[in-house]
Formats: sequence, C-alpha cells, structure tokens
Amino acid sequence: MSETLVTVGLASCGIAAGALPVAEELRRLLNGRVKEVGCLGYCYMEPLVSVIRDGKTYVYGHVDVEAARRIASELDGGEMSAALRERLILTDDPNETGSESERASKQVRIVLRNSGLIDPKSIDEYIARGGYKALERAVKEMSREDVIKEVKDSGLRGRGGAGFPTGMKWGFARGAKAAEPNASNPNGTDKYMVCNADEGDPGAFMDRSVLESDPHSVIEGMAIGAYAVGASHGVIYCRAEYPMAIKHLGIALEQARERGYIGEGAKERFGDPDFSFDMYIKEGAGAFVCGEETALIASVEGKRGMPRPRPPFPANSGIWGKPTNINNVETWANVPWIIQNGAAAFSAYGCGKSKGTKVFALAGKIKKGGLAEVPMGMTLREVIYGIAGGIEKDRSFKAVQLGGPSGGCVPESLLDTPVDYESINATGAIMGSGGMVVMDEDTCIVDVARFFLAFVQKESCGKCPFCRIGTKRMLETLERITNGSGRSDDLDRLLSLASIVKDGSLCGLGQTAPNPVLTTVKYFRSEYEAHIGEKRCPAKVCAALIRYSIDESRCVGCGRCAKNCPVKAISGSLKNPHRIDDALCVRCGLCAKNCPVSCISVE
Amino acid sequence: MDSQCAGRLDLIVEKYRGARGAAIPLLADVQREVGCVSREALEYVGRRLSIPPAELFGVATFYAMFRFKPQGKYLVRLCRGTACHVQGSAGLLQRVERELGISDGETTPDLLFTLQCVACLGCCSLAPVMMVNGDVHGRLTPDAAVKVLNGLREAN
Repeated sequence: MSETLVTVGLASCGIAAGALPVAEELRRLLNGRVKEVGCLGYCYMEPLVSVIRDGKTYVYGHVDVEAARRIASELDGGEMSAALRERLILTDDPNETGSESERASKQVRIVLRNSGLIDPKSIDEYIARGGYKALERAVKEMSREDVIKEVKDSGLRGRGGAGFPTGMKWGFARGAKAAEPNASNPNGTDKYMVCNADEGDPGAFMDRSVLESDPHSVIEGMAIGAYAVGASHGVIYCRAEYPMAIKHLGIALEQARERGYIGEGAKERFGDPDFSFDMYIKEGAGAFVCGEETALIASVEGKRGMPRPRPPFPANSGIWGKPTNINNVETWANVPWIIQNGAAAFSAYGCGKSKGTKVFALAGKIKKGGLAEVPMGMTLREVIYGIAGGIEKDRSFKAVQLGGPSGGCVPESLLDTPVDYESINATGAIMGSGGMVVMDEDTCIVDVARFFLAFVQKESCGKCPFCRIGTKRMLETLERITNGSGRSDDLDRLLSLASIVKDGSLCGLGQTAPNPVLTTVKYFRSEYEAHIGEKRCPAKVCAALIRYSIDESRCVGCGRCAKNCPVKAISGSLKNPHRIDDALCVRCGLCAKNCPVSCISVE
Repeated sequence: MDSQCAGRLDLIVEKYRGARGAAIPLLADVQREVGCVSREALEYVGRRLSIPPAELFGVATFYAMFRFKPQGKYLVRLCRGTACHVQGSAGLLQRVERELGISDGETTPDLLFTLQCVACLGCCSLAPVMMVNGDVHGRLTPDAAVKVLNGLREAN
C-alpha cells in the first residue's frame, strides 16, 4: 500500500479563502506530511484539500479547520463520514460520487494539466508528470523547422486575445535576420523570446493561476520556442500585482537552470552547442497598455510603455532592436503538450479555425466561479450554465462580458454562440484572454459601459489624441447619461466618437476601447434610451436615477435601517415608522438589505 | 538630502550603473528605500547616473506602481475590476473612503492607511475583494471591510 498523501491548494485564491490555517492544522496533525499544490480551478469551493489513498484521489471543498481535523482523523480510510461526504467534490473512486464530477467531465485539461496536482515549487513533481520531456524531444530529435511545423499544424493561436497563429509568428522570428555583429552588439544573432504575463484585463485570472500553479510549463514552452526560433534571451514580463506568480516563477527558473534545462548547462544536457537560452523575470509596474506588444517592449527597455507604429514588427525589430517573439502565458503552456502529444492530438479538439482548448476565468453573478478549460467550440450557454452552474440565486441572465475592456457584452439571444475566435468576433465581442464576467438582471448595462470606458480612459497612454481625448469625451457622455442628464443626441454622439477612436488609434487599446459601448448599444439600446429619455435606470443601479423609500404602513420600527445607514439619513423612533431623508441618502442600499420585513423599496 | 539617505541611494546607484533599460527597477529600489520617488531622490540618482531627471520622472509618472508621497503603513488596494464592480465594489469603496476619510490615492494623516484602487487583483471568484499589504480579503461587504480596517487600527 502506497503512502497516503494530503494536498492543500495554496494559490492566491485558496489563501484568500482561508487555506493557510487549514494547511497549518493538517501539518500539525499529520506531522508535516502535507503537500502544497496550486489551483484546481474550483475557486468557489476553496479551500480545497485532496487525499490520495491507494491510488485514488478524493477532493474536498469548503474545508475549514474543523473539516481538516475530520480529514486527518479519517485518513486511513474506512467508511467516509457524512460530514466529509457532503464536501466531496471530485473523486476517481467508483464507489463515491463527487458533487462536481459532472462539471469536471466537460473539461479538457491541457493548459491546466498539472495545476492543482503538483507542488509548483518542485521541479521533480513537474518532471514526474512528463515535464521537460517535450523540450528534450524537441532539441534532441527534432529540427527547428520540425518544431515550427508541428506548432503550425496544431493550429495553436495566440491565447492573449488576438488569436494570431503561433507557428506562423515563430516562423517570422526564425526567418528574421538579427543585426550584424558590431562592437556594441558582439553577439549579432541574439533574439528574444518573451512571455507576456501582464494579465491586465479586469476579470481575467487564468495566467495568474497557471504561473502560480505550474510555472515550469511556461518555462518549458518558452525554451522550446527559443530552440525553434534560435533565440538566446528570454523575458517573462509579469505584472507586479501577482507576487506569488513572480515568486514561483523565480523558484522554477532557478531549478530549471540547476538541472540544465536552460542556461549554461543546457548545451551539455542536450548535446547541442547551438542551444543556449536563459531568461529573467521583468516585473511590470502597473500599466494596462503594456500588454500591447510594442508597449511591452518599450517597458522592458525601461521606458514609458507607449506603443509604436508597426512595421517594423517585433519579429524583425523588438527588444533593443532585436528580433523578438511574444506569446502569452496560456499559449506557452500549450506548447510542451503539443510537442509531447503531437499536433494531431491537439487539433482533434476544437472546431473550424480554432483548435485545442481555451481556459476561461468565470466570474460575476454566477454560482460557480473559477477556472474552466474547455474545448473550443463549446457554446457560451454550456460554459455558463453547464460549468459555471448558472446565475446566482437563479436570477435571470442579462449579458456576459468577454474580452475585458477590449471586448463586449453578449446578450441572452446569442448564448448559443460557440467559443471560437471567429464566432465570438462576429458578436462584436472578442475572445480576449478568457475573462468571462456574467451579469444578471440587477446589473445596469450602461453603468458597465461607463465602467469600462473609465478604465480605458485611465489607462490610455496618451500618445494618440483620438484615444486620449476621444475616450474622455465618451466617458463624459456616459457619465452624463448615468447621472440623468443624458441628451437625446447622446447615443449618436457616442457611436460617432466610437468609430473615430477606433480608426484613429495606433494600438489595440484604442482600437478596441469603444467595443463595450458598441456592443451594449447594439444589444441593449432600450436601456440607454430609458436612461436618456425617461431618466430611469431599469436595473436600479445608477444612483442619480433611483431613490429609496420606506413603506411606512409596513415598517415595524426596528431601527435596523437607521443603524446601518452610513450617512444617518434615516430618522424615526423605535417601534414607529422610519423615514429616509432623500437629500442625505447616498443610495448605498444597506437599509434595504438589512430590513427584516422588506419594506424598503427602490424606484 | 541628508548624507545617510544619500549613502543609501549611492548603493542603488552603483547597482544600476551601466545597466541598460534599468529605469523601472531603479525607481522601484529608490521607492523601497525612501518610501516614495521624491523629486529630491530622483534628481540625486539621475545626476549620479547621468540620466536626465526628467526622463526618470517621465517613467515614474507613467506607471501606477510609483508614488510621489510617502505611503501609509497599510496599503489598502481595493479592486475595481469588472467582477468586483458587478458585485458591488463601488459601494465598498464609498464606505471605505468614508471610514478612512480619504479618497483613492490618498493617505491618512496618521500615515496608517493608503487607499489605492486597482484594476484587478485576479481573485474574481471571491469578488468583491481588497488586498491589505498582500493579504487578500474576499467576498466582502462594506461592514466586513470596515471590520478589517478597524482590526488593523486597533492593532496599532
């Protein structure tokens, strides 16, 4: 009988949900025999604890310290207690059923193949699951052209949002002639491989999870790419808001170097004098636009992260003018799997021109938020209802926001759209990096558009006047509408500004900034019209357009509303009806939330 | 600038002398050492490294990470990402602002709290969230957020 193993998910989301005291308790009870793993993607069930016994795995969700003690006491098997059984979410034991097994069966884990299963700080565990075999295979058995061809054949496209074919991109960088050697540039064949880990889309956390949970898969992917392209430098550009990702990457790089997968030792390990590749982590400093290729390059060079016109494309002139290939985290994590399993196995998943899988970060008003990796071509409905469990409190679905500030809102009528690049683009949204924020009837769509405009306005680097000033004017218009001062020509004004900003901006940020407005006007025009014409917010969100009032005939005078009011706008004595002073009210809604007899309404 | 501070900045200056494209980590080190990227400090390291202070200032103002005034003991990063927005982070912000008596980007006079709105902390499934010095607090209500802040205030 093999030793029983207990693992605790300690990625950012697990820790935020309280996994640290659980891990501590388990370590104490089990004399330290507890393994730290990353994120399984079932964030709504965190903290997660797994028990691996006799080759079978039992994953428990919502584990608090109490449940942890129970897990420890039942470690040796035997009949599972009811308290644990109800927490069992996944298992491969045929005699038990996990509550999430069905959802799990709809997913295909390529990018997330190791996430939540291995200790992200252990290269041995990565290797034990087949890690670095793809790199060995690529360097020892395949020519550089073979590797590029394999990636091309797999149909892998950029997972950062734009969906450019990865193999083709590599081909450009491979074909690019590095500058001739000279005194200041003695090694004239230098090229750069870059991992874009500047995951800036609000609502997206796939890349954070992969970096925290399985950093070696990204490093291996980059090393394979470096071999194919003939690059000797690597940069991982990671946003500073992800401290754990940076820490785990740093540990992983150190280990990979020690074992000779990258760095000086690689020549010896692979017996290829031409393969020499090392990389470093470059921390971003908090600028959304740095997710754009040319802005990222400027930032790596220590400048203000402003985009520049293309051509020259980074493949010809990138970091320090050297040929540079940039792919995002998820794209890189796919690469080792493709080399190991072959292009055909990868392209067996997906549909049309979109092959493989896509990892989505599910958030918003859904029951089961977290990460899901699904084959391309699954419908949005299946993802939202089949995997994310549908809408919280069984309210009605309003829209799903895809692609962050560059994307758009997709309405109910288009829920049967398959998730592939072309179909999503046809709705006016974009696949984007995979953020999926679901909104219900209580979400005001005009407020959401204003939210995104405020975001891009703040993040616009200011280089292109149309983006800098146009988004400002759009934001002002939206603020006017949500404040109840909308004018009848505001919608036309928004649409005309949108097309100007799209056409007059240099980079993706400006070109896509109007998308949230365009899609919401397209699909939810009547909501805009209610704000402008009737000065009414149908979702009852926009503060200037709503007011709270107490139904005095039903008020029991408990005083809870007055106690919870942050601005003391509610008056009344105990056991007598209370009243809200509309002039003082800040429309926070706390009174209504706390009223035991639900006599406070919002109009 | 006192000589002690200059001495500490000199160590940073030597670390980056001759390095290419090091403005961002250089500024980050200065900020860590001085508490912010003050004009004085920028002029000093710029002069020592023959980088025009305007260039350093240009980089510092571009990125959200850099601040020009000292920060409080607790950096409260309130997430204003999409998922948090639809889960009510605007109300959370309103309440925290009122509780601390400061707005986004400001620091309390006692130098205990600095409030900063950030785009996304990547903990969307726990929305709405705020991070205090690296600790993430999820599924917050305005009351729960205030409780966290009060707990920290009492601990001091």
